[in-house]
This record gives sequence, C-alpha cells and structure tokens, in this order.
Amino acid sequence: MNVAETVFIDNVPTTETDASPPSVTEQKADEADHVLDTMQTQDFPPPSTAKDQFQEELVIKPLHSGDIYASFQFRTQWDTDFLLGSKVSHYRLFPKSLGQVISKFSVRELHISFTQGYWRTMQWGQPFLPSPPGAELWVWFQDTVTDVDLAWKELTNVLSGIFCASLNFIDSTNTVQPSASFKPLGVGNVTDQRFLRYAVLPREIVCTENLTPWKKLLPCGSKAGLAVLMKSEKLFHSSFHSQALHIRPVCKCKSTSWELRQTLNVVFDLHTSGQGKREWSLFKMFSRTLTEACPLASSSKVYVDITDNPQGELFELSPATPLVSQAVVLGDGRTYSVYDLTDHATFGQTHSLNVLLRWRAAESGEMLRPLLHGERYVAGYGLQTGEIHTLVYNNHPYRAFPVLLLDTVPWYLRLYIHTLTVTSKGRDNKPSYIHYQPSKDRLQPHLLEMLIQLPPNSVTEVTVQFERALLKWTEYTPDPNHGFYVGSSVISALVPSVVAMDTNNTQERPLFSSFFPCKEESTYFMRIYTEPLLVNLPTPDFSMPYNVICLTCTVVAVGYGSLYNLLTRTFQVEEPSQGLAKRLANIIRRLRGVPLLT
Amino acid sequence: MGTAGVSASCINMASCSSLKILTLLSLFLSPTIVETNNIEAKAGQFFSSGHTNNWAVLVCTSRFWFNYRHVANTLSVYRSVKRLGIPDSHIVLMLADDMACNHRNPKPATVFSHKNMELNVYGDDVEVDYRGYEVTVENFLRVLTGRLPPSTPRSKRLLSDDRSNILIYLTGHGGNGFLKFQDSEEISNVELADAFEQMWTKRRYNELLFIIDTCQGASMYERFYSPNIMALASSQVGEDSLSHQPDLAIGVHLMDRYTFYLLEFLEDIHPSSTTNMKDLFKVCPKSQCVSTPGHRTDLFLRDPGSVLITDFFGSVRKVEITTDTINLTAPMVHLEDTRPVRELRTEIQTYMDQLPVAEIIHQKPKQKDWHPPDGFILGLWTLILLVFFKTYGIKHLKHIF
Repeated sequence: MNVAETVFIDNVPTTETDASPPSVTEQKADEADHVLDTMQTQDFPPPSTAKDQFQEELVIKPLHSGDIYASFQFRTQWDTDFLLGSKVSHYRLFPKSLGQVISKFSVRELHISFTQGYWRTMQWGQPFLPSPPGAELWVWFQDTVTDVDLAWKELTNVLSGIFCASLNFIDSTNTVQPSASFKPLGVGNVTDQRFLRYAVLPREIVCTENLTPWKKLLPCGSKAGLAVLMKSEKLFHSSFHSQALHIRPVCKCKSTSWELRQTLNVVFDLHTSGQGKREWSLFKMFSRTLTEACPLASSSKVYVDITDNPQGELFELSPATPLVSQAVVLGDGRTYSVYDLTDHATFGQTHSLNVLLRWRAAESGEMLRPLLHGERYVAGYGLQTGEIHTLVYNNHPYRAFPVLLLDTVPWYLRLYIHTLTVTSKGRDNKPSYIHYQPSKDRLQPHLLEMLIQLPPNSVTEVTVQFERALLKWTEYTPDPNHGFYVGSSVISALVPSVVAMDTNNTQERPLFSSFFPCKEESTYFMRIYTEPLLVNLPTPDFSMPYNVICLTCTVVAVGYGSLYNLLTRTFQVEEPSQGLAKRLANIIRRLRGVPLLT
Repeated sequence: MGTAGVSASCINMASCSSLKILTLLSLFLSPTIVETNNIEAKAGQFFSSGHTNNWAVLVCTSRFWFNYRHVANTLSVYRSVKRLGIPDSHIVLMLADDMACNHRNPKPATVFSHKNMELNVYGDDVEVDYRGYEVTVENFLRVLTGRLPPSTPRSKRLLSDDRSNILIYLTGHGGNGFLKFQDSEEISNVELADAFEQMWTKRRYNELLFIIDTCQGASMYERFYSPNIMALASSQVGEDSLSHQPDLAIGVHLMDRYTFYLLEFLEDIHPSSTTNMKDLFKVCPKSQCVSTPGHRTDLFLRDPGSVLITDFFGSVRKVEITTDTINLTAPMVHLEDTRPVRELRTEIQTYMDQLPVAEIIHQKPKQKDWHPPDGFILGLWTLILLVFFKTYGIKHLKHIF
C-alpha cells in the first residue's frame, strides 16, 4: 500500500507515463511543481470524443450583516441514456453509484439536500438554491414504473447507505404526493403527479459523515480543484450549511443528456470566526487556499459579487482580476469579478490563490428587502391543542403574485381544517386552489396545498388549529421530551423580477444562475422554506412502570404479609438463654448428676 | 543459560578458557540459528491464523451530550482500526448520538480524546453506518446475525463469512448482565451469547474478539458458549468503569479510562507489528484503571500468546509478490454507440412551467377509482330501510318502485 501511494500523485490521473515516480522523500513543493508541469502539457477541455463534461464554480457573496455566503456548484453533464435497454457500464466522470441508482429505480429526477441551520432571508437575502433544515428528498419517477411506493422505499434505503444518513426513516408516515408543487426541473412532457414523491426529515443531523461520501462523488474527489476547500472543521462551524445533489435530464436538443449538480452552500458568521474587523479571505473561511483547478474540469471559476462595490469604495478585492461578468440571478442583475482557475496566471508567483476582501468603509445603507419571505410558528398553550400560523410577506410595492403553499403535517397533530383561515390585510383571502389530503393515523400525514394570490405590500396569515395525539408508549423516541418536529412549509412563487430574465435556456451561463428554468422574462421562479416547528406531545412518565411495581409490591408485602402473619402465627414460650457461666456450671452439674440450675 | 552452566562447571583454568571460546562461538552462532528459527516461525505464523478478511462492529449505545465519552471511545477504536488497514466497507459503526455536530460542541465537527484538544478522533473521513435512533438492540442483533430486510444497503450489513475475524466493541452504560441502549432498552448477556451462537452455527466468523467498556462489563461475557471467542472487559462484576479526564473547554469527560489506555496501546501498533494478545490483556492495570479489567480465553482454540493484535485490529492481507510478467489482453476498445440516434423523438423536449397558475386552478380533481359501497355502508342503509318499513308498513314500497 505504501508503494502505491508514491506512484500516484494526489490520485489525479495524469497523462504522463514517462516520468519516473517520485521518491518518498520528495518535498511537497516539488510535487506541486511536478503536477503543474504535467498540467501544462495537457490540453483543456477534454477530448471531444468524451461525452461528459465537468464544470465547477464557487460564488462568494458578501452579505449586509457582515457574514459571507459561499456557494459551490459542481456540474457533470453526460450525454447518455440510462433508461434504454442496454446497460451503461463505462463511467468516467459521472459517479457509478448514482448511475446505477437511476437505472435501477427508473428515476427521472432526484433532488436530495442535507441542511444544518436555517436560512435567514431577512438578513441574508435569497439563496441561490433553497433548502429546508434537515434532509429533504423529492423524486420524479419515470412513467414506466408500476409500483411507485415500492420503488420509493427501496430508493430511500439505497440512498441512506450512499450518504450515511438515516433516510430509511422515510416511510409512508412522512411521504406525500404533492398535486401541484414540485414540478419537474428537467426536460420532459409528462407531469402526472402520481410519479412524484416528497419527504422531509427535519430531525436529520448533518455532519462530516454526510460530507465524506458526498465529496467522493466528485470526479476529482477532494484532492484537486475547488473541493480542496471543503474541510469539515470549518464548514460545520458556520451559521448555515447545506449540501445538495440534483439529478435531472437536461436539454441538448438532439439527445437526452443527464446533469448531476452537487451544490454546497455555507454562510460564515462574522463574529464566531474571530477577529473584530471585517475581512474575509479564502484562508479565513476554509483554512485552505486554491492551488489548481480540477484537471478533469472544462471550466473552473471563482465569482465574487461586486455589485455593491462598483468603484471599489466599499471593500478592496485582492488579487486584482481583469475578468468581470454580468449575470441576471434571482431577478436582479449582478456584477461579478471572475477568477479563472484554468489559467495559470491566476495563481501568480506563489502558486496559490487566496481571494481577499478587506472592507474600507463601514456598511452604509440597508439591504434591499427580499420580495418574498415566510415565517411559521405554533401558538397556543398546554399539551392539548395548538394553532399553526404561517405568515407570508409580499414586499413588492405594487405587484401581486401567486404563491403555492405546501404543508405536510404529521398525523399526530390532528388538524381541524374547518378552522383554516387565510387573511391578507385584515380581510379574508380565498385561495384559488386547495388540495387537502387528510391523514390516517400511523399511515400517512396531512397534505395541504393552496394557491394564494398575495396582494402587494401585505402579510398573509394562514392559521389552522390542531389537537395533539397521545402516542402508544412504544412509539416514543428515546428522548421524547425534546419534542417532535414538523417539517418546513414550502412556498413556491413566481416573483416579478427587477430586470428582464433570459429565457434562452441553451445559452452558456454561470451555473448559479441557471438552475431554475426560465419561461418568461418578467418573472422568475423561487421556492422558500419556513422554519420547522418543534411541538411537545403529551409524554408519559416512563419511570412509572418501575414505580408502580415497587409500590404494588410494597403494599402487597405489608398488607398481605401482616394479615398472613396474624392468621397463622402461633406463640410459644421460650426459655431465656442462660449466661455463659451458668451454662458451664450446668454442664459440670450434668456430669456430676446433680440437678441443673434454671 | 549456557554461560551460566559453563561457569558453574568451570573448575579447571585451562578447560575454562577453551570452554569460554566455545561459549563465545556459540553466542555468535546462536543468533543465526535463532534467526532461521524466527523466519520459520514467521512463515508458520503467516499461514496459521486461518482468516482471510477482517470486520469490525463498533457500537456506542449512549445518547445525550454528557455521554460524549462513549462516542469518543468508539471513534478512537474506529480510528485505530482504520489506521491499521480495515476499510470503511468492512466496518459497521453505530453511534447513538451525534456529538461532533451537536450544538453544544464548542468545536464543531470534532470529537477529542485527549484534553487540550490534542487528538481529533472524528477526523475528516468518517462513515457512520447507523446513527441516532437507528442504534437499537434489534438492529444490533440483526447486524450480527445477518437477518436484515432485503432493502438494507451494503454498508449497513455485516457480510462476514467463515474465514472472517470480527472485532466487536461495545461501550455505554451497563450493569450486571445487561447493557443499556439509548436509555430506553437493554440487551442482556444471554441475548448476546445466543446471537454469537447463531453466528457460529451460520458460520459467520472464524474468530471473534469482544471488547466491552462499561460498568460491570465482565458480566456480559460470562454467558458465552460458542467456540473461538475471546473477550475483554474493562471491569469485573460489582465494579464501575471510570472516566478519564474532563476537558474544561468542552465541559464533559472525554474518554473512559480503559479505552484511553487501549488507544495509547494501539497507537504504538503498526500493520507489521508482532505484539500479541497477552500484551492487550495487560492494558490498563488496576493502578491506572481503578477497576480490574478482565478477559476470557477459555473458548478460544489458539493460545492467546500466538494471536497477533493485527489479527483483529488490522486487516493484514497476505500478498504474494511475483516477479514474472503477465501479458494482458489487447486494450479494451470503447464500443461506439451503435444505436441509431433517436430521430423518433419528434416532440421537442422543453422545460416545464414551474408554477402554471391557470393549469393548477383548473386542475380536475383526481378521479378516484369508484369502489362499491363496502360492508358498513351497506349494512347501515339496510338497517335504515328495515326500520322505515317496519314502522310505516310494506305498502310504502310502491313509492320506490
């Protein structure tokens, strides 16, 4: 095993075969030089006979609250068809484990995300790719699948093994079939919602054991390219961490092409990273700097959002870069400084890139309020009843737009739908579409979908009362006093955009702006998630069986025992025992034949 | 030994000198003789252990932040086992709670074993197979006996065969004859012994090393009755296993004493070391551990002195190096996609409208399959009709027909 490690340099396959393998004592700098030399002889992009390509990018966006938002996106696109008869067996950049999952379960689209923390829209704005706290999985199956529920169950088990997550807890009690939300994000024509399944596990913990297999799915792993920045000790010491995987068929307009996107969004907090003054750099965020692009990538870029800093008066960006690009993302035109990692000049003399942002002036002005924002909380007191309030804010001054609200509530919170009210600006706002599927105890959860038109500059409140159920004593978790989680509500909306969106979906665009497909120029699609709820159910005292047994046994022992003794005890006269001297004297007397002492 | 005998019998000066030369010669020769014996012994050892693969099942059974030390225990054994060569695919790691990303952890994504945060046993490359609520007695026994539902992924299975050496490590809170899982259920020593017997009859192990670090741990191996099991425990019946040291920054005890000294012992082991089990039995004497570690070897067929530590903790592969060249067949040609391009796809594939408002509003409700009224409704209607005709008489039937 030791021999093997010296032959492969960082496990990155290189085309050089003539160079002798470096010895063990070689310095790390020499190895880095060695790698760079070989990279210069390689040509980017990969040869045209290959039908798959890989792109990676990192977007750094400073937020108004002083925090910084970093979003990694890795995209592997492969022109192949998993679902034809012949099995695909030559995998190059696309991970084999996922390819096998797609072909075995006839998956059309798969979206899975693991999130730790909650995205604070009012302080941070909108994320590029939203995700709810915990684990979320939604899958569109092909219309050739006969038993969707069976395929769903097996798929969740397989994914729990791949990602080291407890996705096997997804079963019929937390799976729903939305009727209007979660339309497919890939190409296709069929939208029979019978083939859609959605489940969320709000309690799921995300830690290094989920990041490790996720990183292993990347073509370069965590050895080269942007993925070297992903060190778990820094990534999890953040306010928000979300890693996701999206597989969908995309349009190449001649043949089907499958796209795998792996995204990692992280928001670093200014105050927990130490240092009072506001300064961010790659080294401070990730404790690493970039040294090379992934050799298998056709494009590898770092974007820094400089829209609020056109003349450089707010913060200073170093090293300076001439490349600037404009993109329309989230309905707004933003300007980005671009670092192209495939160009060796980016790394400069030190062979490493550390993007540094140093703030000059104190932050002035307020952040633009996000157009759409949602909140949810539980009201009420006691362990009998409660009320769920969902608030949806429309902050646009004059435009009204529709939102689709999807609520999944577990069966043990019994919703009283006759108490459902939707009010905007004090008046009743009747939804244009309601789909409600009642729950069945221990079988399926509540599903409530409503299409609500939000008036401009208003708050819409949706309230529904519920009653808490008493579970069977074996159904409680080992820590029931923590409470039970209710998954986030999903709000899907078509939000009016400030600038005209580009509807040409085949044009090359940065990855972060091309996730949701755009149909119209004046609106863009957005999905936001509210907070999950934590409700306490009436919990029995689990020490009661022990207490009852002790008490009962004591009562039986004292009561029955005393009675039995009274009835059956006989008294006998007993001679008091004599002292030692008297006993000895009696022995001597017995020997002598003389009458004994009493 | 030889020199002592010589000096004892050395009376005559002249014969002494010749004898001294002889002893010196024998001293020089004996290393070479010993060397050849050593090689033979090593070769013998090479083929003696009889196992071809190694597995490890590492279980932490306690939940809640103050049981940080149990997770650290399990992760330190995981770390040693990985370092000595057992791959993740052969390790089933069960952690009942998440300490690394717990919100009370001042350094997220780390689990430390030494105070002052010297050694992070969680690391950057960890795969936990069973976590949180999945760590139950049922799942543990199913993993051992292999009776898992068919949809269980490979990483959650113990796919051992009759030539596997398995290391099983349990830690948590225990008592005389039981081990507590997640503060809500227990596994008894009888259940565990029966599970091992099932493993033996199903030929799921070649040799098994069972280590347990709980209070009164020795009670858990008292009932074993299957052959080829060696067991170690951190304390005897009636004794408590104590924790090692707290870290003031993290605020909890970081490790248990027995596993702390076990980790120190294992840090000195490398894949080619020849330390044997007798050294493992000496880990953590009473002076360091306060409790008396115990062990049980009567069920084990080999002599513990001949069993290497790496037989269980490492994955020492038997490699045969050959110097002959082997000709591979002609390089594989990538089969061109000979399927015709799908010209049949006349409909242009476009992206879907994400929120088609008009379509949603006018969505027809799903036609639910019509079922004939089932028994209850039928019975109810029959009852209503019967009561009606009973009260009002049969002549009202003509209003219906």
